[in-house]
Amino acid sequence: MSVITYRQALRDTLRAEMVRDENVLVMGEEIGVFEGSYKITEGLLKEFGPRRVKDTPIAEEGFVGAAIGAAMLGLRPVVELMTINFSLIAIDQIINHAAKIYGMFGGQTSVPMVIRTPGGGGQQLGATHSQNIELFYSFIPGLKVMAPSTPAEASSMLRAAIRDDDPVLFLENLGLYNSKGEVPEGYAEPSNDTVATIGRAGVTREGSDITLIGYSRMAMVATQVAEKLAEEDISVEVVDLRSLRPLDRQTFVDSVKKTGAAVICEDDWLTYGIGAEIAASIQEGAFDYLDAPVRRVAMAEVPMPYAKPLETAALPSVESISTAIKETLSAVGKRVG
Amino acid sequence: MADTAKPKGGTARASTSRRRGRKDTSPGLGDEKPEVLLDYYRQMVFVRQFEQRTGQAYTQARIGGYCHLNLGEEATVIGLMTALQERDYLFTNYRDHGYAIGKGMDPKRVMAELYGRSDGVSKGWGGSMHMYDTETRMLGGYGIVGGQLPLATGAALAISYRGGDEVVMCQMGDGTTNIGAWHESLNIAKLWNLPIVFVVINNFTGMGTTVEMSSAEPELYKRGAAFRIEGERVDGRDVLAVRDTASRLIERARTEQTPFLLEAWSYRQKGHSVVDPAKYRTEEQRDEAKADENDPIHLFGEKLAKAGLLTDELRDEIAASVKAEVAEAADFAENSPHPDVSTLFDYTYASPVPNESRRMPADPVFAE
Ligand SMILES: Cc1ncc(C[n+]2csc(CCOP(=O)(O)OP(=O)(O)O)c2C)c(N)n1
Repeated sequence: MSVITYRQALRDTLRAEMVRDENVLVMGEEIGVFEGSYKITEGLLKEFGPRRVKDTPIAEEGFVGAAIGAAMLGLRPVVELMTINFSLIAIDQIINHAAKIYGMFGGQTSVPMVIRTPGGGGQQLGATHSQNIELFYSFIPGLKVMAPSTPAEASSMLRAAIRDDDPVLFLENLGLYNSKGEVPEGYAEPSNDTVATIGRAGVTREGSDITLIGYSRMAMVATQVAEKLAEEDISVEVVDLRSLRPLDRQTFVDSVKKTGAAVICEDDWLTYGIGAEIAASIQEGAFDYLDAPVRRVAMAEVPMPYAKPLETAALPSVESISTAIKETLSAVGKRVG
Repeated sequence: MADTAKPKGGTARASTSRRRGRKDTSPGLGDEKPEVLLDYYRQMVFVRQFEQRTGQAYTQARIGGYCHLNLGEEATVIGLMTALQERDYLFTNYRDHGYAIGKGMDPKRVMAELYGRSDGVSKGWGGSMHMYDTETRMLGGYGIVGGQLPLATGAALAISYRGGDEVVMCQMGDGTTNIGAWHESLNIAKLWNLPIVFVVINNFTGMGTTVEMSSAEPELYKRGAAFRIEGERVDGRDVLAVRDTASRLIERARTEQTPFLLEAWSYRQKGHSVVDPAKYRTEEQRDEAKADENDPIHLFGEKLAKAGLLTDELRDEIAASVKAEVAEAADFAENSPHPDVSTLFDYTYASPVPNESRRMPADPVFAE
């Protein structure tokens, strides 16, 4: 086991997959000569050359669509969209084409491609550069949407995404790139065949009082919340969704059946957000087990402000999530630390 | 830039009427073999009759959805399809039935797809706008205007990545040349030296909007210039001219590894789709679209007749045998079973997925 950053895990795994399979190429703005806006593709141009590391013009619809077409002919493009905010320019190609081509043509051709893209607030980037709009993609049958939270997940899930025959939206979070975690030995070996199962959530911390559900950056924050509340003798079970489509309902519903209460934390907006789907699924799958209403802690429903105190206030925090947990527990008469 | 069918003078506004009554300047039949010429004629008649039959079936509600026909554009369709080699790939818009057949797809299965049956090329999942066939390399009709351009560009990228010698043809209508995907795709295709021929079927209208209403530069073949892509224009009424021009550009794309742009004038005889009465056209324009002098099958038939290749008898014979074949396709479609409802969840993902909801509307969430 070694401890590395989320960024490093992505970079090493991407490289390993390129070494392993000649059909894997990377495409995107500033990924070659510039080595990536967030340096995930550092060193790749030098090692693999411009045939396999393609700098694109600023034409999201054009190059995302080109990656889809290339995938139809059997290449395995890994596209980097500089941030998820710019995916909106390519949304027609992603939703109307990547997601539909397999079904619309009766299974004759698939689209084995990955779109890697970071998102999230907290970097003082203002309203158009701080969004988590994974909901748009998670809504669409035909797409797979993955949201790893740790370096180990980032590695095994990226490998799974590249080897999968369907289009995968691979969500990174600007707030995670420098976070560290353990990865298994050999994680960067091209011969490494341990891939994550796409669509499987994980109970990343066991607990008995309440279930706290998050994904991507919020799964990390959830762990911090659980650690803090443990000091107050509150036992929080943490579920990391890892995949937003397919969605592993069973894992979090089973957890709620065990604890009897749930809080969902998410980095997107509350209304119609991912948390709404989770809450509805808990209601459908574990209604009889609930001791309290399911609570959601999400981003404030405003375009993200630039000013630091406003931005901080707009994002879910360890404090706001802890409060929601305590309120939920006290509502059912469970002891609160 | 070559302009093989350049109209004289006039402003862009006048270009529709300018085309009216334009003399047929095509080079004749050259020294092409009679059997090849007659085969082209037969293919054009086939597309015509297939589309007429499709229109009927649509009006009788045997076919659902939208239905866009190639009536009047047969010379363009067959000219382009005979220029493509078997190994070359094709992407089109939703006006795709003729292209699907021309590229070699089984007309019975094309008709079955229109009927939404399980023997349809896409097993009834695609319908009129979404013909696809891996084997004949018809990589799809696409219903989103311009959606096929980035995809076709990517297919050309895959060819170039592997050092293959196939070419991609990407068909579209005139209205498509104003969408973002057009500009992005032409730019990328030239930047990356991709073997692709973009073909604009200029039937002068996108639904009811004329070229002059929608394109600041209505001389569409010139618009490749912004990307240093050579453009040519051809008279789409003339199957041989289309074939020859397209062949030349396809072979240049193959050997020079670079994109080309081809504009083919064509007359859409009917409305945008089967249900569109085309009221936005003046009576004069409607006559023009249907005029013998603009009907590619009539024009070609006359030429063949003049050359002594097509007698009235043979014409009738071809029409009758095509009619029988089209009827066979319709029967096949009619008798093909509807897709089994138990297959509803079979084509969402190519790789298996655990935990994916396969819910029918009334199923409880954890019944899976
Ligand atoms: C992005 C998009 N906008 C609008 C439409 C609706 N629409 C379908 S066909 C069409 C006209 C397209 O005209 P043109 O490109 O000239 O093709 P033609 O129908 O002549 O073959 C329109 C506006 C669509 N399908 N997709």
